[in-house]
Amino acid sequence: MNILVGISAVPDTTTKISFVENNTKFNTEGVQFIINPYDELALTKALEITEAQGGEVTIITVGDASVEPVIRKALAIGAQKAIRVNTVAKDGMHAAQCIKDAIAGQSYDLILTGRESIDYNGGQVAGILSEMLDMSLINVVTSIEVNDGKVTAVRDIDGGRETVEASLPCVLSAQKELCEPRIPNMRGIMQARMKPLEVVEPSVDYSATNYDSYELPAEKGSVKLIEANNAEELIDLLRTEKKLI
Amino acid sequence: MVFVLVESEEGKIKKYSQEALTYGADLAAATGSSCAAIAIGEDTDTSDLGNYGADKVYHVTGSGLEAFSPGGYATAVADVVSNNGGNYVIVSGSYTGKSVAPKAAVKLNAALATGVVAMTDGNSIRKTCFSNKAFSKVSMSGDVKVITVVPNSYEIKSYDKAGSVESVSTDVGSSVKTKSISIDKVKGKIPLTEAELVVSAGRGLKGPENWGMIEELADVLGAATACSKPVSDMDWRPHSEHVGQTGITIKPNLYIAVGISGAIQHLAGVSSSKVICVINTDPEAPFFKAADYGIVGDAFEVVPKLLARAKELKAS
Repeated sequence: MNILVGISAVPDTTTKISFVENNTKFNTEGVQFIINPYDELALTKALEITEAQGGEVTIITVGDASVEPVIRKALAIGAQKAIRVNTVAKDGMHAAQCIKDAIAGQSYDLILTGRESIDYNGGQVAGILSEMLDMSLINVVTSIEVNDGKVTAVRDIDGGRETVEASLPCVLSAQKELCEPRIPNMRGIMQARMKPLEVVEPSVDYSATNYDSYELPAEKGSVKLIEANNAEELIDLLRTEKKLI
Repeated sequence: MVFVLVESEEGKIKKYSQEALTYGADLAAATGSSCAAIAIGEDTDTSDLGNYGADKVYHVTGSGLEAFSPGGYATAVADVVSNNGGNYVIVSGSYTGKSVAPKAAVKLNAALATGVVAMTDGNSIRKTCFSNKAFSKVSMSGDVKVITVVPNSYEIKSYDKAGSVESVSTDVGSSVKTKSISIDKVKGKIPLTEAELVVSAGRGLKGPENWGMIEELADVLGAATACSKPVSDMDWRPHSEHVGQTGITIKPNLYIAVGISGAIQHLAGVSSSKVICVINTDPEAPFFKAADYGIVGDAFEVVPKLLARAKELKAS
């Protein structure tokens, strides 16, 4: 069972977001980068599957040299090797094309990634890769089982869940609840330094979208406080002022 | 031409698809084009789509479209769009839309933007990024553009369009690579992602046994229930209720937060809510800064009062 896991380096969840260069660039100063939390679940699940059934987990990321600490952390968690495509992805389509080209000639039974990254929130790469590679797709999954060349997964749907079966190879994207993420131990961290990290140059430099500018959400006006003794007034205000109830 | 994929449940058009149609009709008006709906499957009721903004409806049925599959639906959409000179494909950011849009974009060699909350003009959109901590203006190039619209971002308008239906018979069987084994719908509860009103609670409730009043308040208001990350991590509540940066991002008209302090990760998931009410014992809780209404007080005193008043109003 060979599994490829797509990883992206994202700002830590506690990051206060700000922008520079006239609001055209994300301000990375002082920002700590982590493995995208959903990708971390995909990685852990891939390790669980290969530990039970044999095989190898390769991680791939699209990013410049600054993402290498994040790759080393993924290797410390347990992936056997890593590929880094040496460019900054412009959008999901660009990232997926880079991944497709970097793995040309290799074969994977499963490709796992997070359901979206917490920076650009595209949620695109799994779907695009499945189409480009002519693989089946099960998106936003909370459980994965692989048996006899088939994968059975439970995916979120609007208002519930669906159990879906697909033949291998298959692309799946991880949702919370898939598994508990692992914390690397000292042995893993030592071993990670020696594990192969292949750097490949991108074959394309094209994307059809451009992030022109950024803005922060409008600040809320000041909060209207209601005395706890008269709490029921809140219900009345929601009815009369906001017409919500 | 602007194409909009509409989804239905038990024959009825989903609210988020009506919103996507409004987006499509607005975009068609802004670009001097017309708006066509794509409805898939035998049991979709296409009769109201003109009122929701469709000049025309392509009702696609055939082998491989009996149940949802990403491959089958994406092929059906891409075929209709390319056979009829589509420039835009609007899809709701539902779970279905999120699976279909990327695949359709590859088939159509299109630019793809997801998480869209507004249209700026025909060639650019406004989307959420950094999990709702920011927005970005994104320009799109190319002949075809695929856009997924975040549910509850667009006010539904009513139209008086023809909505004339053209039946399209197809066979997408070779694109179907997944098989649905079973579907488990949450019964009698409003799905969190579709809810207009949400009542949410956090560690301030002290234990899972105290959720009765939260569920009752939600029930009386017609709201969905949600929770904070620590609460789902401790298994007080199911993971599917966790809203926040690494949970579900929601955008209801009303979000009532009980006993949640408002950490930056939680705010990211809910800050786009139109009205936020915060109930917390700590007057310094960061959530009050993001709130429209606040009550500094104990959940166990405040919530019963809210519940009593909501019941009174409901009865009257």
